[in-house]
Amino acid sequence: MTYELVAGLEVHVELSTASKIFCGCTTAFGGEPNTHVCPVCTGMPGTLPVLNKHVVEFAIRTGLALNCSITPYHKFDRKNYFYPDLPKAYQISQLYLPICQSGSLEIPGAANKRIGIHEIHMEEDAGKLIHDPWDDCTLVDYNRCGVPLLEIVSEPDFGSADEVVAYLEKLWEILMYLGVSDCKMQEGSMRADVNVSVRPVGSSELGTRTEMKNMNSMKAIHRAVTYEAQRQIELLDGGGKVMQETRRWDDNKDASFAMRSKENAQDYRYFPEPDLLPIKIDTGWIEAIRSDMPELPEEKRSRYQREFGLPEYDTQVLTSARELAYLFEEVTALCGKPKEVANLIMVELMRLMRDSDTLPENLSIDAHKVAALIRLITDGKINRNVGKDLLDKIYHSDVDPEAYVKEKGLMMLDDDDLVAKAVDAVLADHRKSVEDYKGGKDKAFGFLVGQAMKALKGKANPQTVNRILREKLER
Amino acid sequence: MDFLDKTALEIGGLIRQKELGVVEATRHALERIEETEPQVNAYIQVLEEQALAQAGTVQKRIDSGEALSPLAGVPMGLKDNICTKGIGTTCGSRMLEGFRPPYSATVAKKLEDAGAVLLGKLNMDEFAMGGSTETSWFGPTKNPWNPGHVPGGSSGGGAAAVAVGSAFYALGSDTGGSIRQPCSFCGISGIKPTYGAVSRYGLVAYASSLDQIGPMGRSIQDCAAILSLLEGHDNRDSTSVQRPPLDFSRSFGGDVNGLRIGVPKGYFGDGLDADVKEPILRAAKMLESLGAVVEEFDLPIADYAVPAYYVVACAEASSNLSRYDGVKYGFRSEAGDTLQDVYYNSRSEGFGIEVKRRIMLGSFVLSSGYYDAYYKKGLQVRGLIQQSFQHAFEAYDMILSPNAPTTAYKLGENISDPLKMYLGDIHTVSVNLAGLPAVTVPCGFGKGGLPVGLQLIGRPFDEPTLVRAAHAFQMQTDYHKQHPQLAKGGNAK
Repeated sequence: MTYELVAGLEVHVELSTASKIFCGCTTAFGGEPNTHVCPVCTGMPGTLPVLNKHVVEFAIRTGLALNCSITPYHKFDRKNYFYPDLPKAYQISQLYLPICQSGSLEIPGAANKRIGIHEIHMEEDAGKLIHDPWDDCTLVDYNRCGVPLLEIVSEPDFGSADEVVAYLEKLWEILMYLGVSDCKMQEGSMRADVNVSVRPVGSSELGTRTEMKNMNSMKAIHRAVTYEAQRQIELLDGGGKVMQETRRWDDNKDASFAMRSKENAQDYRYFPEPDLLPIKIDTGWIEAIRSDMPELPEEKRSRYQREFGLPEYDTQVLTSARELAYLFEEVTALCGKPKEVANLIMVELMRLMRDSDTLPENLSIDAHKVAALIRLITDGKINRNVGKDLLDKIYHSDVDPEAYVKEKGLMMLDDDDLVAKAVDAVLADHRKSVEDYKGGKDKAFGFLVGQAMKALKGKANPQTVNRILREKLER
Repeated sequence: MDFLDKTALEIGGLIRQKELGVVEATRHALERIEETEPQVNAYIQVLEEQALAQAGTVQKRIDSGEALSPLAGVPMGLKDNICTKGIGTTCGSRMLEGFRPPYSATVAKKLEDAGAVLLGKLNMDEFAMGGSTETSWFGPTKNPWNPGHVPGGSSGGGAAAVAVGSAFYALGSDTGGSIRQPCSFCGISGIKPTYGAVSRYGLVAYASSLDQIGPMGRSIQDCAAILSLLEGHDNRDSTSVQRPPLDFSRSFGGDVNGLRIGVPKGYFGDGLDADVKEPILRAAKMLESLGAVVEEFDLPIADYAVPAYYVVACAEASSNLSRYDGVKYGFRSEAGDTLQDVYYNSRSEGFGIEVKRRIMLGSFVLSSGYYDAYYKKGLQVRGLIQQSFQHAFEAYDMILSPNAPTTAYKLGENISDPLKMYLGDIHTVSVNLAGLPAVTVPCGFGKGGLPVGLQLIGRPFDEPTLVRAAHAFQMQTDYHKQHPQLAKGGNAK
């Protein structure tokens, strides 16, 4: 029998608010264990949660970007279960009235398929358990307790592992642009659980699903979904039955293992959180957030093509990180010449970033200085090689390009007499090469240009050097 | 000076006028504690040294001319479910024996700022679950009027201490009657404030949507003064309400002219003991004679208040008490090797029977398949009770009722019959379900000379009108001025 895959996603995203969802503690990653904590996030008796308004704002922003309707009156609920990383023994979450509902996200590909978003809800993260094999004990770190999370629940609309990854990449990009999360899968600030089931092609009924957990990269997710679909198909073909269960993916073993079955499923005894009041969101607030929404990457790409005439490839590279796109826009606004700016960022700047292991979010370069550099080049004041070095200086030492060029005398030499003098000297010193050239060795021309440039300390306009050298050789 | 005859405001006045030193008042209270504790057991912990040191500090603040409050320097006690930084807070439970909170409750801080002197932490039913203070891990408190009887609960320690003079006032908490019923049983005054009037931050939660902290004192005037210190929005408690302060300036004129008082017929049926009914109805007559309009009426849904209360309160409690798992603080069982065993054994050994009963009840009503039939229904009934009160307050300014169907019963009499114990809450729980304020004042004595209290229930944030009526009543009566004659080393009179 031929089967098709049906998958749905639950994506947890840690929000990058400065403080936690229900107390004033920092959300910073890392830190000595149990230093980013207070009586509230460690669930001390008698403490009460107070909702961080920024979390609501981030949730609304995300909901709007994912075409959701925003629930005007929403509430928090308690999800009760015992685990040492959960100090209150309940997680404050949203079951009955989540903040965002019924949205969608279009994923790239031939069909531009729309994936339904069932809901987005806010909740608090739990702490971390660290097993100490030396002392054979488990230690608890509550630093992560109370870090705000959004859970973005999709409809079971995925038909392949590729679609799952395409959706996650698109979601990742949007969340980064919204500035609501740093979305680091390795640090767990973006985590995806995938519900996987298979069914005979053409069937309209859903098969029994399993929930796959613990994938911490896109690759792992792709492999886990592919593996799980295959496992289920083999099971069914062998006359077996798929059990509804949660499975843990082991990326090293390239296999998944059952964690708990539905029979042992927890009864979370959800009920409305009595310590928090229901939240009313008026349309004024939603509209204020909407009008303050950043332009999303897809909109940027089509605008860059339309407005600046950039090729699609350039728009992809420039929008691959929000910081690059913003830099591109800022520099272009200052000096025009979008293609020049794009090339400089895509080739020279990104090389400098790679060489210095700098991630886009840590990029720090003054757009005004980059614009001044572009102007120096396009006005013919310096040549491209000097421009390249100058970018290096701006990038590493934040030099002022105009002052630097003046101080170091890097202005392009366009004076024919000066160039001619230097060319004459080169021709006199390299008779052999001149003869080679005249004997048909074109390579020799390049060598002579190089020597002339060297003599002019690299500051000459290469076109001028070319022209004068050719004139003299042809004579 | 006979301290037993003095209210907290009078003590505060003497201190302000330098006729009494704070240390002297504190020393007196500590002596009274020493004298009465063997028979009463009102305190879980007495903070002798700290109280004297604090008294010295407060005296200095007063001497330096710092304007503190009318109650500055007056020694008092806190129910042991109110967190006090660095000071053991047990909730009357083995589970929290030795737990010292790293922070203070908002009310504790407010009183400290106002110059209160903390004598100690008061006994209570375990996690405020009970109406007799018999479920305390630290042994029952006895009723000073007759140590063979319970003081009521769960704030029984506070009620007994105020009655016997081992504190000038106390803070209790009221989830289903836990301030009013013990005040009634011990012959003192108390206020259960409107839900949201007083911050719950630092009150160890029993049932979050019902819990309120409130004052217990020797007169309703004391209680109003204390409440003025406690109330107000707290940005650490989202359920505390932002509003102007309660205005008691017109509460002490002694008149009740034109006040419309409703008396719910259903509260005075067969379940009510005659020796309670009689003083209550006499009190109603007195208010009428003072100019109030008193009328009987029907409060229909009231019969369902007790079941709805136990469903809602236990559901919340089952969740609130889940954090006591033996992992982070408090009691941890020595037995067991696995995480599951640590949870199981710590909770089995750390909690008493009544707490376990309510946790099981609450877990059951929230569990899948039963949620709609119990918890959801409980919430619906709660809504109907709220409506039914709203309706009543269209016709009346306040509702007059008993606090309990009986006077203080004998120790051990009801402890093995939970249903009977629960039904004792019939007159108080609906007030919590509706989030309303209520006051209680002593209004007479029943069989064996045990006190009876009068409950007045009001509109949200209308504590000033309730206090006005209660104060007018206290101006005409001296029940609140009578004190138990606790015999030295023996039983009461």
